[in-house]
Amino acid sequence: MLPEAIEAMTEQLGQVGNASSLHAAGRRARRVVEEARESIADALGARPSEVVFTSGGTEADNLAVKGLYWARAPRRRVLVSSVEHHGVLDPAHWLADTQGAQVELLPVDELGRVRPDALRAAIDRDPDDVALVSVMWANNEVGTVHPVHVLAAVARDHGIPFHTDAVQAVGQLPVSFAASGADAVTVSGHKIGGPVGVGALLLARGLTPVPVQHGGGQERDVRSGTLDAPAIAGFAAAVRVAVKEQESQRLRLTELRDDLIRRVREAVPDVVLNGDPAERLPGNAHFSFPGCEGDALLMLLDAKGVECSTGSACSAGVAQPSHVLLAMGADAVSARGSLRFSLGHTSTRDDVDRLVEVLPTAVERARRAGLG
Amino acid sequence: MGLRVLAAMSGGVDSAVAAARIAEAGHDVTGVHLALSANPQSHRTGARGCCTIEDSRDARRAADVIGIPFYIWDMAERFQRDVVEDFVAEYAAGRTPNPCLRCNEKIKFAAVLDRALALGFDAVATGHHARLVDGVLSRSVDQAKDQSYVLGVLTREQLSHAIFPLGDSTKAEVREEAARRGLTVADKPDSHDICFIADGDTRGFLAGRLGAAEGPIVDQAGEVVGSHQGAHGFTVGQRKGLRIDRPAADGRPRYVLSIEPVSNTVTVGPRSALEVTTITCVRPVWNGPSSLDDLSVQLRAHGEVYGCRFEETGDGLRVELDRPATGVAAGQAAVLYSGATVIGSATIAHAA
Repeated sequence: MLPEAIEAMTEQLGQVGNASSLHAAGRRARRVVEEARESIADALGARPSEVVFTSGGTEADNLAVKGLYWARAPRRRVLVSSVEHHGVLDPAHWLADTQGAQVELLPVDELGRVRPDALRAAIDRDPDDVALVSVMWANNEVGTVHPVHVLAAVARDHGIPFHTDAVQAVGQLPVSFAASGADAVTVSGHKIGGPVGVGALLLARGLTPVPVQHGGGQERDVRSGTLDAPAIAGFAAAVRVAVKEQESQRLRLTELRDDLIRRVREAVPDVVLNGDPAERLPGNAHFSFPGCEGDALLMLLDAKGVECSTGSACSAGVAQPSHVLLAMGADAVSARGSLRFSLGHTSTRDDVDRLVEVLPTAVERARRAGLG
Repeated sequence: MGLRVLAAMSGGVDSAVAAARIAEAGHDVTGVHLALSANPQSHRTGARGCCTIEDSRDARRAADVIGIPFYIWDMAERFQRDVVEDFVAEYAAGRTPNPCLRCNEKIKFAAVLDRALALGFDAVATGHHARLVDGVLSRSVDQAKDQSYVLGVLTREQLSHAIFPLGDSTKAEVREEAARRGLTVADKPDSHDICFIADGDTRGFLAGRLGAAEGPIVDQAGEVVGSHQGAHGFTVGQRKGLRIDRPAADGRPRYVLSIEPVSNTVTVGPRSALEVTTITCVRPVWNGPSSLDDLSVQLRAHGEVYGCRFEETGDGLRVELDRPATGVAAGQAAVLYSGATVIGSATIAHAA
């Protein structure tokens, strides 16, 4: 966690008071929450009333996808990109399995982008029946940044609510709720150096998703539950820092990341960079290593002190080929041979040096072990 | 620096303590849980002790307590092909396979070991109860838990990369040590049964895979005494579940004597007809010393041990028992011991 977030949070941990109570302690807590709300709104181009606090990105995604689907009944079509995070994909599939929704996965091109004409074509098949559209701001695996402003405008032309999961984007890219044209935006605390367990759905005024959980209606009657004032204070501090330092961070990480990509290519000439080479998250480098299993490579690199990730893991911990890479047209074998290197505010050139030093041996060994 | 060791961790108490011991001995240990089912169940049912998501979590938790890295390797495809399909095919051929033995032979000390060696590991350690000293396999000090029988099939080369840290301990000692080390799997029940048959109903599993096919149950004279729904549901020596209407002439219980898959015929007879003294084996593996002192043979897992003589016959083996054995099924292993030391193993083809 960022020191600023730790400080803001710990300052509140010893305080009592429920932000919904009328007594003095409650008023004090409410002031903390409301100042945090104003601060987050200011940093992300929203109005304070548009900030709905949640327990994190997953809850915000669920509220947007399920809540807007229910609110827009009897419309049945749910259009989500095929490369969404499970926070969006799983609620969408759940709606299809149990609530009569018709989920349509928007295709992406080989760089992982949803093209505006693809969204337009999907909507045009039956515009009146579309409940919502959800396309993430930037992809968490391959780092591709979607043209959300354009996509949101396409949805708006048809009066369809547009949601975007911006968990990866805040602090790495300029994020303005108002300028994006989106109706709902998911943000999360821990991805930007704030505490785990807090996030928000930026929600346009006048849009009323049906609540996922009921009881108290603390947040605009769409989200219930006692507000976690200390976590919210830490979250707001992290958002302030992330947004203030976003531009300098982006420049620093882009340079470091481009250096990493160049040197990994030198070390392993047949490596394939996945995602959009230009429009990508500054801290993301995602590769496929032909002939290697990502899991084997991850283990070998971890043993040498280099931490990276493969695709999404299923509940048993058995790696499944990433749905993102499959949607981009990769075959299951090359999808399994993929690794993501993420750079953040603690990453340095030494980290890249270390990776490039140990990578060739790891790749050679992983190739010898084959694809299992 | 010690060896780089891959510790196969099932989520049970034995493999957890095995991993802890080698880590403590100063080796560089990585825990690996083998995912053997493409669609694992969430929670344990019955007396199984591995292969569910809960078990993989137990293994991860143990690795965290020991302080070693932990990974899950997806071996489901290989396991399906080399163990499950083999199991079904063996029954279809009228034999009685031992899937644990096959898993050691084809998965743990083949697919996993090969991958481990390629990735730079020196050895694979497991929680099997068996001793391995200078590449020579022998029985665990815990006679009741000894698993040398299901490891006897391993070649010298495979054994040279194996570590069994538990062979000098009893199961009770292992449990006690697990509790002392703060491994929460200390009191987890022992696993029994076949890990890939969740409900323990082997006959139902085989019927589902091979289909029902009604066939005759005949006595030794060839007279039909009953019928069955598939010869694969039977094992030589089996007494229960024959569902024969007519009592035997002598009123004594009848046992499965043989299974003929082609004609789908099960032959039954008195216990005395099950007695055999000559075991013909195929595919011998010699992995121990060539000592002939105190020779004995074990014919099934946790089964009785018989004094014996043997001779090699071309590419096979003939074993003469000192006294008759019953219920000797083709497909099981005959593991030869000199005292407590394994000298080799072969697959039983025929017994008379």
